[in-house]
Amino acid sequence: MSLISARNVTVCYGKIAAVKDVSLDIHEGQIVTIVGPNGAGKTTLLSALMGLLPMTGEVSYFGTVSRPGVEALVRAGIGLIPERRELFATLSVEDNLALGGFDRWRAGAEDAAFELAKIYRLFPRLEERRRQVAATLSGGERQMLAMGRALMGRPRLLLLDEPSLGLAPMVMRDIFETISGLRDQGVAILLVEQNARAALRIADHGHVMEAGRFVLSGPASELARNERVSEAYLGVAAAEDPPQE
Amino acid sequence: MNAFFAAYLAQDGLSNGAIYCLLALALVLVFAITRVILIPQGDFVSYAAISFASLREGRVPGTVGLMLALTVLAVAIELARDRNRFAPRVLRLAAAPLLLAALAEISPRLHLPAVVDALLATAMVAALGPLLYRIVYRRIAAASTLVLLIVSVALHFVLLGMGLYFFGPEGVRAEPLIDLAFILGAVPIKGQSLLILATCAVLAAALFAIGERSLIGKALRAASINPTGARLMGISTEWSGSLAFLVAALIGGVSGVLISSTTTLYYDSGFLLGLKGFVAGILGGLASFPLAGAGAFALGLLESFASFYASAFKETIVFALIIPILLWRSLAARTGTD
Ligand SMILES: Nc1ncnc2c1ncn2[C@@H]1O[C@H](COP(=O)(O)OP(=O)(O)O)[C@@H](O)[C@H]1O
Ligand SMILES: [Mg+2]
Repeated sequence: MSLISARNVTVCYGKIAAVKDVSLDIHEGQIVTIVGPNGAGKTTLLSALMGLLPMTGEVSYFGTVSRPGVEALVRAGIGLIPERRELFATLSVEDNLALGGFDRWRAGAEDAAFELAKIYRLFPRLEERRRQVAATLSGGERQMLAMGRALMGRPRLLLLDEPSLGLAPMVMRDIFETISGLRDQGVAILLVEQNARAALRIADHGHVMEAGRFVLSGPASELARNERVSEAYLGVAAAEDPPQE
Repeated sequence: MNAFFAAYLAQDGLSNGAIYCLLALALVLVFAITRVILIPQGDFVSYAAISFASLREGRVPGTVGLMLALTVLAVAIELARDRNRFAPRVLRLAAAPLLLAALAEISPRLHLPAVVDALLATAMVAALGPLLYRIVYRRIAAASTLVLLIVSVALHFVLLGMGLYFFGPEGVRAEPLIDLAFILGAVPIKGQSLLILATCAVLAAALFAIGERSLIGKALRAASINPTGARLMGISTEWSGSLAFLVAALIGGVSGVLISSTTTLYYDSGFLLGLKGFVAGILGGLASFPLAGAGAFALGLLESFASFYASAFKETIVFALIIPILLWRSLAARTGTD
């Protein structure tokens, strides 16, 4: 089943279209990635798909066509980890995680403690810092907390905006490993990345976005071999890639 | 002035300060979560005092009509917004107000004890909070703070008019909930003052505990710390806004019932009380609950002693002394953020 099926999505800021006529499908068990330069419209597209920005076009979630708001999408099992993380800076790590389970708790779920233990097993660092307020975490820990908080809602589909942004190479590798681990547990993922090489390595399907449009789409392995992609992105990405030890 | 008078004035000042403290807490809470400066906070106080007095006199309070009018309006707006499966939403909106209205309608025949009348008056005023949020603020939740302030001022005048229409121009004064007075070291202590102070302490402690310990309280704090992050957790702006207004109206209701026996209140008396709560809140930058609370008690004491020395100029002295403090606060805030 298609978790998200978007047709001809256009998103505007005022009169300026930041996303133009984009179509996209995400199936169960897939990692789909969108790579492209800064300002291409990737963040805008994710925000619109999450119901945070108005858009035109047709989108169906889990097979039903509708344009629900962000709260309804959260309830339906979609999680967004935004580029700016949007953590609760003055609350503790544990409170941030607990709030990740707020919607499930309100819907009657009683397994928050179990979920929390799972998150701590996935990110032991968070357990060490559980009493610390989120504002005092390092970049990598913030990213872990953002992922942990989103996973507390047990999403079926996770939209991830630049999870590697500003992370040290070692931490980055851990995060990408975690992402492919999630896919193996049945969470579908839409992964937006500037680090195209790492993203295409773990993704099943990929799109290259430039100036608001998808200019290339295909299986991730094919995109990774594509000359245009390697010239434009993998070259840059390779320079940024950590030296293999 | 001798020590006896000082103790007597301090008692008055502290119990008024406790009321300002409650109102300031409500204002800070609403501002933190919705960025709304709730000018109508004082109107809740008048409404509750008059409702309580009416119930005590065995009359159906005008609040019933007011509440029903607002409920009809809120339901109409809800229907206009989205007619899909609206039954559960309408029920959630209208159930509590209808129930309370029915109870108030039959209450004259029941001869309820004062405590139950107090709870009923408080509950009816509390119900107005979420209704007003949904009717007035929900659609403009993302507007600038200035627009929200202007809307608040306008709403205050609308509520004044409604107060006059539903309650009439007469002043009310209720019997104290606790008819108790005793002498403590030559100073006469009023039971109602103690009740006011105790209620303030209990409500403030409850708010603190809810914010620190419960998931709902943490969700409200999350909504004020990072609204976008909160929405991504399924904490909707509408939910947190309605809840903040519910708590604020509840606090206004409690305050109104408590002071209804200490002074004669009219439909428009609440504004000045709300304004003093607001001043106390500003002392804490509308952000700090402890500073707002401390400011409220300082204000109450100041006012009480000012009324002793020059009762005609009580308000003048209070607001004149506030100006330099506010100036200092705003300068401190400016250098703090730079
Ligand atoms: N809030 C906003 N208002 C106006 N323009 C915006 C806003 N956010 C982003 N943009 C513009 O939209 C385009 C796409 O931005 P964005 O989606 O952030 O790209 P990406 O995530 O691919 O770097 C850019 O040209 C950016 O300047
Ligand atoms: Mg971006």
